[in-house]
Amino acid sequence: MFRIAAENLTKRYEHRWVLKDISLSLSTGESMAVTGPNGSGKSTLLKTLLHLERPTKGDVRWFEDDRELDQSESGRLVGFVAPYVQLYDQLSAEENLKFFASVGHGNVTGKRIDELMEMVGLEGRAHDLVGGYSSGMKQRLKYAVALQEHPKFLFLDEPTSNLDDSGRKIVRDIVEVVRAETVLIIATNEPEEYAIAQQQCQLGD
Amino acid sequence: MWWKALLFIIMTAAIVAAFVTEAPQQQIGEASRIFYFHIPQAWISVLAFAMSMIYSIGYLRKRDILTDGRAADTAAIGLLVCILAAATGSIFAKVTWGSFWNWDPRESSIFLLLLIYGAYFALRGAVQDENRRATLSAVYSIFAFLTVPFLVFVLPRMVPSLHPSDSVVDENMKFVMGAEVWRILLTSLVGFSVLYLWMFNISGRIRKLSRARFEEI
Amino acid sequence: MPSSNANLVTRSLAILAKDIRLELRSRHALNAILLFAVSTLSVVSFSVGQSGLGPHVLAALYWVVIFFSAIAGLSHSFVREEETGTGLLLRLKADPDPVYLGKFFFNLMLLMFIAAVVTPLFFAFTDATLEQPAPFLTITCLGILGLCASTTIVAAIIARAASRGALFAVLSFPLLIPVLLVLVRASQKVLDGQSWGEIASEIQFLVAFPVVMIVGSILLFKFVWRE
Repeated sequence: MFRIAAENLTKRYEHRWVLKDISLSLSTGESMAVTGPNGSGKSTLLKTLLHLERPTKGDVRWFEDDRELDQSESGRLVGFVAPYVQLYDQLSAEENLKFFASVGHGNVTGKRIDELMEMVGLEGRAHDLVGGYSSGMKQRLKYAVALQEHPKFLFLDEPTSNLDDSGRKIVRDIVEVVRAETVLIIATNEPEEYAIAQQQCQLGD
Repeated sequence: MWWKALLFIIMTAAIVAAFVTEAPQQQIGEASRIFYFHIPQAWISVLAFAMSMIYSIGYLRKRDILTDGRAADTAAIGLLVCILAAATGSIFAKVTWGSFWNWDPRESSIFLLLLIYGAYFALRGAVQDENRRATLSAVYSIFAFLTVPFLVFVLPRMVPSLHPSDSVVDENMKFVMGAEVWRILLTSLVGFSVLYLWMFNISGRIRKLSRARFEEI
Repeated sequence: MPSSNANLVTRSLAILAKDIRLELRSRHALNAILLFAVSTLSVVSFSVGQSGLGPHVLAALYWVVIFFSAIAGLSHSFVREEETGTGLLLRLKADPDPVYLGKFFFNLMLLMFIAAVVTPLFFAFTDATLEQPAPFLTITCLGILGLCASTTIVAAIIARAASRGALFAVLSFPLLIPVLLVLVRASQKVLDGQSWGEIASEIQFLVAFPVVMIVGSILLFKFVWRE
């Protein structure tokens, strides 16, 4: 049972408050949609929860059962998809997957790679350089990378950006399959996407 | 407060004595008086850097943004004093040896310190996020400090020095000074050190106040 | 949990391999630094190479070329991650130690490659003579080790700051002055015909310096990486 808990998260950028006193707690099986207009701090909130940004005040803690996890451990339990997260253009999809596996838990088999590529609708494209992919394909590959290590936390910032209808369906299917076993946090502007989550956190008042 | 008055007396005494007594180094003559100011300045610029490094370590451990502010403040004072030290040293060099800069070990050390201070503030200026600025400049400050022993121990042995031509420090690196010269120098050192601590203290208080104001907004 | 040393090595190698692969395919850093090194060397050779300047000046010029090549190229590994947006996922997933080691060895290989190209050209294009290659090569290798040891963490520091190119030079230069002075001095002596005995203290320095810098970098890098 995994949990993420944030208390009084505040982030200030010079004189502008980006996040103000945000607290939340989510456990395995629970999901939350972070909503709000552009510039309201949704991406900042996600990055702060992931320890990729440091809050001005407040803290974020990750737990496995009752044990607190340090940053190395928590990072490896996360799948993260966002417009500003890029993969290596000069590597093939397969090389990207293998690389991120090797800095994480270990190796990924050819079979697993095929499985992942099929799941996101990119069968047969594993050996192509990512630089040659369209933006929709890159988005799908980000899901493959995110799901590769069976993450316990899934952070999706603008989950369906750049995706066509079949892409969106793939995302919906993925979310349905994993939601029971993961903590799901979505940041989005799209009302259809709010429905994916149980709870909602509205930013930007 | 009483110690401010005492500081005033000490500094005045040092300054007056520096000009009224016999010049410390007879071979060089009057110009050697600058030694009473140059040495304390060089000393303070190193002390300030060491303090900055210590506060940097403190920041990395406790993550208190005020600690980072203090590291930056002492570095600012250090930079100012370092410029003075380089300037007074340079004036002395011109008068004594004919050119403003010669790259002897001590001159090179002051130059290096100046570059490190400059780099530190360049880095701080280039990072917007205050926590990141604090962390990165703390790391740089500590890392830069690691190179200092190399310079201090290496250069004097590698590069022939102009400084030994003074009679103040002989080949054995021991002080060879008249008692009176030593007294005046010591007074000046104490005066400059207290001045530095006082400036640092004031800057700390200003910082606390402005931080409190900043938090209210 | 598997042995932590084995993981450190495999992860560092994975990062090194990835950077090498990226570099071979895009050649950005390699082109920049090679072009720089060869142009600088050409200017040196053209203007003063054959004028009988003597080992003192030639040694200094050699290290000027290597030093500025280092400044031109050694920040790419970290800066590229930030510019292409891949740094975010890497920071999420990868531990600091393997990242530092992987990128340090990448920089080392890059600069060694440049030196391997520049050094023979240097002796061809100038009237420097070398009676004993071994001391000179040792000095060069140790010097490159020292340059990389100091600059790798600086590259990480500036990667997410503004005005990265200039900042890299400004931050690196003070850290490299001691080692540059020693390198020039040692090279001067060797080009002048002296041998191991006369450069013993320089060699000691050139061994101690990278050790201290690498240890310091490893201890401090985690703060830079996770920021």
